Amino acid sequence: MLVVEIEKKLGQFSVNALFAGETGATVLFGPSGAGKTTVINMIAGLLKPDRGRIVLDGEVVFDDAARIDLAVWRRRIGYVFQEGRLFPHLSVQHNLDYGRWMGGHTADPAAFAHAVALLDIGHLLERRPGKLSGGERQRVAVGRALLMRPRLLLLDEPLASLDEARKADIMPYLERLRDEAKVPMIYVSHDAAEVKRIASRVVRLDGGKVVATGGVELLSA
Amino acid sequence: MIELSPQEWTAVALSLRIAAVATLVALPFGVAIAYVLARKSFWGKSLLDAVVHLPLVLPPVVTGYLLLITFGRKAPVGAFLADHFGIVFSFRWTGAALACGIMAFPLMVRAIRLSIEAIDRHLEDAAATLGANRIWLFLTVTLPLALPGIIAGMMLAFARALGEFGATITFVSNIPGETQTISAAIYTLTQVPGGDAAALSLVIVAIIISLAALVASEWFARRASARLHGS
Repeated sequence: MLVVEIEKKLGQFSVNALFAGETGATVLFGPSGAGKTTVINMIAGLLKPDRGRIVLDGEVVFDDAARIDLAVWRRRIGYVFQEGRLFPHLSVQHNLDYGRWMGGHTADPAAFAHAVALLDIGHLLERRPGKLSGGERQRVAVGRALLMRPRLLLLDEPLASLDEARKADIMPYLERLRDEAKVPMIYVSHDAAEVKRIASRVVRLDGGKVVATGGVELLSA
Repeated sequence: MIELSPQEWTAVALSLRIAAVATLVALPFGVAIAYVLARKSFWGKSLLDAVVHLPLVLPPVVTGYLLLITFGRKAPVGAFLADHFGIVFSFRWTGAALACGIMAFPLMVRAIRLSIEAIDRHLEDAAATLGANRIWLFLTVTLPLALPGIIAGMMLAFARALGEFGATITFVSNIPGETQTISAAIYTLTQVPGGDAAALSLVIVAIIISLAALVASEWFARRASARLHGS
């Protein structure tokens, strides 16, 4: 369970987000420039809100009144970036293991095998990110975030850099992730067709404000 | 063929040792200063930048003289280090390494700083979300991504240290077997009648060492950047 009540001013633009996320995929939907990425950067801890609070599974990770601002690396929130951001100097295998190393967890071959099978990336393990296609890179990025055992998974337009055919290829993996991995997801997108497939609920953002929350019926409005 | 006297071979070996020690000892400081200059903003940053670059713009003799009045046996810092830690720089090869390290430092810092500035900070954000604290993030992402620049910086520093003359001879003189490097030995040989042939041999040795260092660093840098770009 995630509760977000945050405000941030960025020059002329201000973001004011108030919503809750539960199991399944909560989609932040809105046109580009609506402040979607700003919101999830604040949830991840990469950007500090001016005011408000963020509570994840009962733990306050940010609260300006109580002066709580948990460091990014302590939040255990997985983040799949739009452009993957795989470590170019590490193999796919080591990229996938990175979160486990940093968390100090022992190897869990079953979890690893499960993620690798779920995303169909077993044949890529020895390669380096520079040798992957866009779709492969995003699947590895999802696997990397998943294998750090996150409490919450943030996905920032994970398909935006891919062409239509590739998007269609990856969508089933994301649906399986939502249904099987049991990690709540915050999924950012401006693509209605994509949102219809993945969303358990929709938070509609425009001009930095939440304008509506509800089910996928919001998309036709 | 190159024929060198034992004393000249000593100068060659000493030069290599001094340049290698100067480069290796300067490296951690170089990485730290380069990181601070590339990433942090603080009061006095331009002053630090200027101080780091001073050896590049000062006449080497001036740097050598400043070292002499700071690290000499009777100078304040020199006396303190000698009395408390037994570290003596004046008229020792260690002093030559100190002079070479300081002269080479700006070149090393510049190369490493550029490579740190070129790193995509988004990768560091990604590492932080994956649970890497600052130290791990630096060791597992920043440092490996800066490696080509670090190698280039070490190479430049080594070459500069190998060629150092003015600051070294001012600070620790030109003592055969202790502080006489290739450069100083060539200088001495050109000052004595009939020294030209031996000087030329040392010149050839200097060229060979420099070329070898260049080739080696190219090879390492290519390997490092190939690792980064996926082969």
